[in-house]
Amino acid sequence: MTLDHDILVWFSKSFGLFYLLAMSLVVLVYAYWPSNKKPFEHAAQAILQDDDKPYRG
Amino acid sequence: MIAQLTKNERQVALLILLALAVVGIAMAAGGRHDPFGAHGALVLLAAIVGSFAVISGYYAPEPPESRLDSYYDDPSKAGIILAMIWAVIAMFVGDWVAWLLVNPNLTFDAGWASFGRLRPVHTSGVIFGFGGNALIATSYYVMQRTSRARMPDQLTPWFVLLGYNLFCVIAATGYLMGVTQSKEYAEPEWYADIWLVIVWVAYFVLYLRTLARRKEPHIYVANWYYLAFILVVAMLHIVNNLAVPISWGSAKSYSLFSGVQDAMTEWWYGHNAVAFFLTSGFLGMLYYYMPKRAGRPIYSYRMSIISFWGITFFYMWAGSHHLHYTALPQWVQSLGMTFSVMLLIPSWVSAGNALMTLNGAWHKVRDDAVLRFMMVAAVFYGLTTFEGSFMAIRPVNSLSHYTDWTVGHVHAGALGWVAMITFGAIYASVPWLWKREAMYSARLVEAHFWLAVGGTVIYVFAMWNSGIIQGLMWRTYNESGTLAYSFVDSLVAMHPYYIARAVGGLFFLLGAVIGLYNIWMTIRTAPQAAPETAADRPVLAGGAVLQAGE
Repeated sequence: MTLDHDILVWFSKSFGLFYLLAMSLVVLVYAYWPSNKKPFEHAAQAILQDDDKPYRG
Repeated sequence: MIAQLTKNERQVALLILLALAVVGIAMAAGGRHDPFGAHGALVLLAAIVGSFAVISGYYAPEPPESRLDSYYDDPSKAGIILAMIWAVIAMFVGDWVAWLLVNPNLTFDAGWASFGRLRPVHTSGVIFGFGGNALIATSYYVMQRTSRARMPDQLTPWFVLLGYNLFCVIAATGYLMGVTQSKEYAEPEWYADIWLVIVWVAYFVLYLRTLARRKEPHIYVANWYYLAFILVVAMLHIVNNLAVPISWGSAKSYSLFSGVQDAMTEWWYGHNAVAFFLTSGFLGMLYYYMPKRAGRPIYSYRMSIISFWGITFFYMWAGSHHLHYTALPQWVQSLGMTFSVMLLIPSWVSAGNALMTLNGAWHKVRDDAVLRFMMVAAVFYGLTTFEGSFMAIRPVNSLSHYTDWTVGHVHAGALGWVAMITFGAIYASVPWLWKREAMYSARLVEAHFWLAVGGTVIYVFAMWNSGIIQGLMWRTYNESGTLAYSFVDSLVAMHPYYIARAVGGLFFLLGAVIGLYNIWMTIRTAPQAAPETAADRPVLAGGAVLQAGE
């Protein structure tokens, strides 16, 4: 049996660290990517508009 | 309700109900005297009542094409009323079991009235009945508005809402009959679990279909939280409930897991139920209703995204802190502990983001009890997540675990955060949904607010005191190295706090009753020159909105 307890522990302690760091990085880059600023601000404002109807175009 | 369905949808509804009736008959026949048979009769009854409703409206004229010019809100309305009814029932049962702990003789020598059976009626009733219905109702509302698209059809939202409530009823009646698989917050047996999977997948698909029709390029962050709630709860529910029934005619099943694996699976489920049912979903609520009610955009949209992924990544690993000092390997406990502490960051970012959104609108918080519900919810969210991270640290847990401190912590979250944000969102949506100027009585909203805050504070302080006394008594040794207090000594010490807790719970229950009455009267009062748009207009329209701090 190669997939024993020690290997799993080693895997979760090493790989887990790196993939969580990588995912955090992706999220931070996405959140702060300059061209994303506009859509984010639009989205935050858009919910405050009050025409309570679906848009049918 | 049936008149809003198209001909085709009415036919599909009848087919679904027919299938449900067949399942009910099979369950009743196969189950015989087992509670499984009783549940079969219940399913059959639900199918018959549903069929009568559909047939009675079957020949009503088809809904006009003009329906597509408005959002489909009737399921949201029904969901809100159901949520409030569940709130009153389940909080009543909660207070009942609180008094049962004060005076254990109150069981009338009846099995169904024992603590072990009533307690899950309370927990499932408030979490799934009240919280779940509120989440479904508000998610329908929010996903349509933020997508600027109507739901794709009229039948699926009703299937999800009513099917979900059938699950809740099966769960609660099952507990009273002694049907449980003994997994905390996952007590319903295999057949109820399978039914919930069907309903839940329909819910997920409905959400995605609505989002696919969206006219906004970016999916607003509230939808991310709602979607995480739906998706992850499906995942948790399926894995934790993997079980083999002892026969097709029996309610009893055996879990696929045993021993420490079972414990770990259960608390992976249990803590993520806290994370994705009681946090993620309600954060979705917060990120829509709070900006809307305050008339201000969320303070930092970026932070809402970052904390979303923080909460999603971290919570998944935190469950093992429920199993400190058990047979679970030490490193798994440490992993859970570490992630629980890290969770403080995205949690406080969310709470701070909510409070900063209100910064500049404090006069509205002062004047408007609805917004104040949401503000208090954000404060309790911050407090409870701090407390939770702290309690997950192993040495702290050695004092707090198995004591009332845990109960206090859970209720700080459930009453202070989940229920407060829900009441805020419900009070905000009721006038919007029923096209009323405002709630029937602002003073009753105010009364509910103070009863809820007062009840929560009394409850939580009682349990903090009781829990810490309990924890200390259980670890106090005398000179000869034996325990200084017996377990009964600690019970006697807890008695006054149990009375206080039951009184606090009673306050909270009274608030919910007042809320239900107020909502009912709002609906019954004829609209005065019904305004087309939502009741609360934002202060500034167009682009010139202040962006505090941005």
